Amino acid sequence: MSDPRTGTTRVKRGLADMLKGGVIMDVVTPEQARIAEDAGAVAVMALERVPADIRRDGGVARMSDPDMIDSIVAEVSIPVMAKARIGHFVEAQVLQALGVDYIDESEVLTPADEAHHIDKWQFDVPFVCGATNLGEALRRLTEGAAMIRSKGEAGTGNVVEATRHMRSIAGEIRRLTTMDEAELFAAAKEHRAPYDLLAEIAETGRLPVVLFTAGGIATPADAAMMMQLGADGVFVGSGIFKSGNPEQRARAIVEATTSFDDPSVIAKVSRGLGEAMVGINIDTLPEDQRYASRGW
Amino acid sequence: MTPAGSVRWSARDWVPGERLVGREAETDLPADAPVVGVLALQGDVLEHLRALRRCGARAVRVRSLADLDGLDGLVLPGGESTTIGKLLVLAGLLDPLRARIADGLPTFGTCAGMILLSRELDQETPQPVLGVLGVRTRRNAFGRQVDSFDTALAIAGVEGGPMDVSFIRAPWVEDVLDDDVEVLADVDGRPVVVRQGNVLATAFHPEVTGDDRLHQAFVDSLR
Repeated sequence: MSDPRTGTTRVKRGLADMLKGGVIMDVVTPEQARIAEDAGAVAVMALERVPADIRRDGGVARMSDPDMIDSIVAEVSIPVMAKARIGHFVEAQVLQALGVDYIDESEVLTPADEAHHIDKWQFDVPFVCGATNLGEALRRLTEGAAMIRSKGEAGTGNVVEATRHMRSIAGEIRRLTTMDEAELFAAAKEHRAPYDLLAEIAETGRLPVVLFTAGGIATPADAAMMMQLGADGVFVGSGIFKSGNPEQRARAIVEATTSFDDPSVIAKVSRGLGEAMVGINIDTLPEDQRYASRGW
Repeated sequence: MTPAGSVRWSARDWVPGERLVGREAETDLPADAPVVGVLALQGDVLEHLRALRRCGARAVRVRSLADLDGLDGLVLPGGESTTIGKLLVLAGLLDPLRARIADGLPTFGTCAGMILLSRELDQETPQPVLGVLGVRTRRNAFGRQVDSFDTALAIAGVEGGPMDVSFIRAPWVEDVLDDDVEVLADVDGRPVVVRQGNVLATAFHPEVTGDDRLHQAFVDSLR
C-alpha cells in the first residue's frame, strides 16, 4: 500500500455517497441515538435542542456541549454528525477534534458571521451545507462542502419549503443541461458561482456531491415525495422525536425512503403512526424566524 | 428534459439520484450480456450500477424477492450495514439471499457489503448478516471519518499495477475462519480483499474511483 491520504475530496464526498437512500435523524440524547440506530438511521445528527424547540425557546442557538456529543458517539456505531454555526470556524475545529464524522454548517443555529461561511477546505472532516437554490449550493461547494441538503424550513413540520428548494435546485440543474457556452457564462454570473463548476454540472446533469433534503419532513409520505423529486436521502429533525410514537415513526420513514416509489409500502408504514408533530404554517412565521433566509 | 443519451424517468425501477440525471440507455449490449443485480435498499447503488454498465453487464436493481429471478451475479454495495441488514429482514430478503449465495450465485460485496457477507462480526451488538463468507470482520476498523483514506493497493490477480481505492470508515477482516478463504490484499497484515468460492469482498470502494478492474473481472467471470 502507498502512503494513505486522509481528508481528500474523494473520501469526504464518498462518505455522503454511502448515506444515499437513507435517513439521518436529529437526536438530543444517547437514548434517542439508540432508537434512531435501531430504527435503521444511516447517521444521527447530535444537537442540544431539535429545531422545533430552538424556535420555541428563542435566544442564541450554538454548537452542542462536547460531553453530549461524546456520549452519542459512544452510543452508536453509525456516523455521527453535529452542527456548527454558519461562519463559526472554531466550533468546527472543536467538532473535528471530537471526532464527529460530518459537520453541518447550519442555518438552524444562530449565524456567527454575516459575511463569510466557514472555509471548509481547511478541514479533514467533511461538511454538509444547506441551500435554497442552485447558486447557493454552488457557492457552498466552492467553499469546500462535500454534501448539500436543501434547507426547507426546519422545526415547522411543514414540507412546503423543502419542496420549493428541491424543485428549485433540480429545475435549475435541468436548465443548465440545455444551455450553450454563452448561456453558461451568463448563468455563472447569475448564480455567482465558478464557470467550471457550472460546466461540469451541465455535462453530468447533477451536482458533483450528494443532495439530501431537510427541513419540515414529518411523515413517511413527505420523505418519499422528496426522494421522488430527486433527493438522494432525507434529514429528519423535529419530525421524529416531536411525534407521538418516535420508534414507529422513525422505522416508517426509513422504510418509506427505501421504497420511495412504491405507494403500497408507503401506505402500509403510514398506518397507525399516531400523532405527527403539530406543525407551523410558514405564512405565519415572522421574517426573522425563517431559518432558510440565513446564509447567502 | 433529460440529458442526451439517457431515457426518460419512469415511476418504477430506479434508484436515488437517477431522477435528476435520467438513466443511461443500455445500448450495444449483446443479448447474452450477464445480468447483475445490485442490492438497492440503501447505499451507493447508482455507483455500482454505472460501474457494471461500463463493464458490459445488464445492471438491475434488487429490492424485492421477485428481483432475484434471472440474475447471473449480485453486488452488495457500500452503505450502512446496520441499516441494510434491517431492511433485508423487513423485505424478507435475508434468508432467500443467503440461500441463493450459498447455492453458488456469484456475489461481490464492498465495505458494508463485506460486513453483510461475513459469518461473524467482531462486536457485542448483534446485527443481521448473510453469513456466507468464512471471516470475522471488524466494522469501522480503520477509525472514524477523519481516518478515511485514499491509497494505491496491489491486489493479487489484478493486472496493470496497484488499484486506486478509497477506504471510508472501512472494515477489515479480523480473522479468517475457513481454510479455503483466499486473502487477495491486506493493509498492514489486515485482510481487505478476500474470496471464498463464489463470494468476493473488498473493505474499500472500487465503485467510487472509476478504477473498474475488479468490476470488470467480476462481470467477465459471469460470461
